[in-house]
Amino acid sequence: MSDLLSLSLTGARDALKAKKTSSTELTDAYIGAMEAGKSLNAFITETPDKARAMAKASDEKLAKGEGGAMEGLPIGIKDLFCTQGVLTTAASHILDGFKPEYESTVSQNLWNAGAVMLGKLNLDEFAMGSSNETSHYGPVENPWRRSGGDNAKLVPGGSSGGSAAAVAGRLAIAATGTDTGGSIRQPASLCGIVGIKPTYGRCSRWGVVAFASSLDQAGPLTRTVSDAALMLGAMAGHDPKDSTSADLAVPDFEAALTGDVRGMKIGIPKEYRVDGMPAEIDALWQKGAAMLKDAGAEIVDISLPHTKYALPTYYIIAPAEASSNLARYDGVRYGLRVDGDSLNEMYENTRAEGFGDEVKRRILIGTYVLSAGYYDAYYLKAQKVRALIQKDFNDAYQSVDAILTPTAPSAAFAIGENEDDPIKMYLNDVFTVPASLAGLPGISVPVGLSGEGLPLGLQVLGKAFDEETVLKVGGVLEQAAGFDALPGFLAGGK
Amino acid sequence: MSLDKATVAKIAHLARIKTDDAQLDAMVGDLNTILGFVEQLSEVNTDNVEPLASVTGHGLPLRADVVTDGAYPERVLANAPDRAHGYYAVPKVVE
Repeated sequence: MSDLLSLSLTGARDALKAKKTSSTELTDAYIGAMEAGKSLNAFITETPDKARAMAKASDEKLAKGEGGAMEGLPIGIKDLFCTQGVLTTAASHILDGFKPEYESTVSQNLWNAGAVMLGKLNLDEFAMGSSNETSHYGPVENPWRRSGGDNAKLVPGGSSGGSAAAVAGRLAIAATGTDTGGSIRQPASLCGIVGIKPTYGRCSRWGVVAFASSLDQAGPLTRTVSDAALMLGAMAGHDPKDSTSADLAVPDFEAALTGDVRGMKIGIPKEYRVDGMPAEIDALWQKGAAMLKDAGAEIVDISLPHTKYALPTYYIIAPAEASSNLARYDGVRYGLRVDGDSLNEMYENTRAEGFGDEVKRRILIGTYVLSAGYYDAYYLKAQKVRALIQKDFNDAYQSVDAILTPTAPSAAFAIGENEDDPIKMYLNDVFTVPASLAGLPGISVPVGLSGEGLPLGLQVLGKAFDEETVLKVGGVLEQAAGFDALPGFLAGGK
Repeated sequence: MSLDKATVAKIAHLARIKTDDAQLDAMVGDLNTILGFVEQLSEVNTDNVEPLASVTGHGLPLRADVVTDGAYPERVLANAPDRAHGYYAVPKVVE
């Protein structure tokens, strides 16, 4: 079984095409892995019967030499994507019992490409968090543990924490995620896997439970860069049902992985050398730059002057949009209802019981910064600073092709460690939020281990709709780093 | 700029989230921490900067103004916590 589970997404695709295994065999191995990995709490809902039926259909196609790009490959879906007839929770109590009557465009694209659904993956409630600790369904455990034997349970990062833990612990061959301020890239870094947030507009947001609509983007979490290229290609594409979806052809992302970065200019932004950054993160960053230089790229020092204002800007814009998006949870049309003597009381009771503390905090901040008298001072101001942050990137891309930064300011931390102070938790996204505000693509690739034996990733950012360069540079980093460390928990064993 | 308890209670009411006294105390502290953090934006000179609402750089696409979806009330109501006569049901609003 461990042989099947150790295959990458592209490796399994090739094995299926060559008839070395079947989708049913592969899917059964993963159904067993989900069972073995229950203690990670990565899945909210498992759909083994559906998986077996989809695998059988895939095997029939594969037998005839037919099938799509993801034919027969068993994946997990972050429980923020609506899946027809399958419980969709956003990890919130307020969506109790919600079974959508429709399928999100991104998941439908994956099923059209032949993918097999294993189940729905845990996340921070409404994707609000960086540690997967705000889920109504409980925290997800990172399959990695610190070396040295303190044996504390670690967070997988967030918000796509279930996705990252499942892929790293081999409970799924790959998984979908969403990224609003770093929710794909940061958990990928903390779990030692690859995660790409494409350009805003590359993947449809239709049918994805909305958090902050001007920032939300879907993307894959995978074990390798070529896996990310394969799966992103299957997820992406224009969708008339999302008015911000880009009407652009989807390139062959796998073909972009030429391994050739000779002559490319890679920017190193000096403002990302933040106060209090651990020396090992800085050292990893320099090592990554050296790898790209050795591969023939030119390393260029650049400046993104408004970097330090990205987090405060994000913590106005994202809660503002969230407060507006989450107004729909009123106990009338779906999910939880807590009765009251009047309509207003019913609303207030439902939302008090249905939302967790972090979601409430963000709704209240958002309501405040959008309220009469404060809109200009907070929301409008943040939108103006957002324009300056975007301009910083536009200016930098006049002279470089891509940008290299650390993904996160630390390795995985213990469950409960950063819960006391919301700002401390928000700082996890210090390196990922700027590109989110500018709508730009970014990938996290595992490059090394911390002193405590935990994975650390580096982030490659690119120009709008230039995921090909992001993947190409990410692929060269992956090759040079040769990251092959494995977590303590691995379904099927090592 | 610091929020007091009465203001937080008002915001919570605007957001339709029932909040008891102990929760309000905790929220006042958290919200002031967050507002203190975002306060640093006031250092940035944004004179003559146009606010950025969307990164796409393109306008919203238009389509013909015709009905393209609908006519399945059963599916629309399928997840309703309460329903009556083909409508969502809510506590009595008009006496």
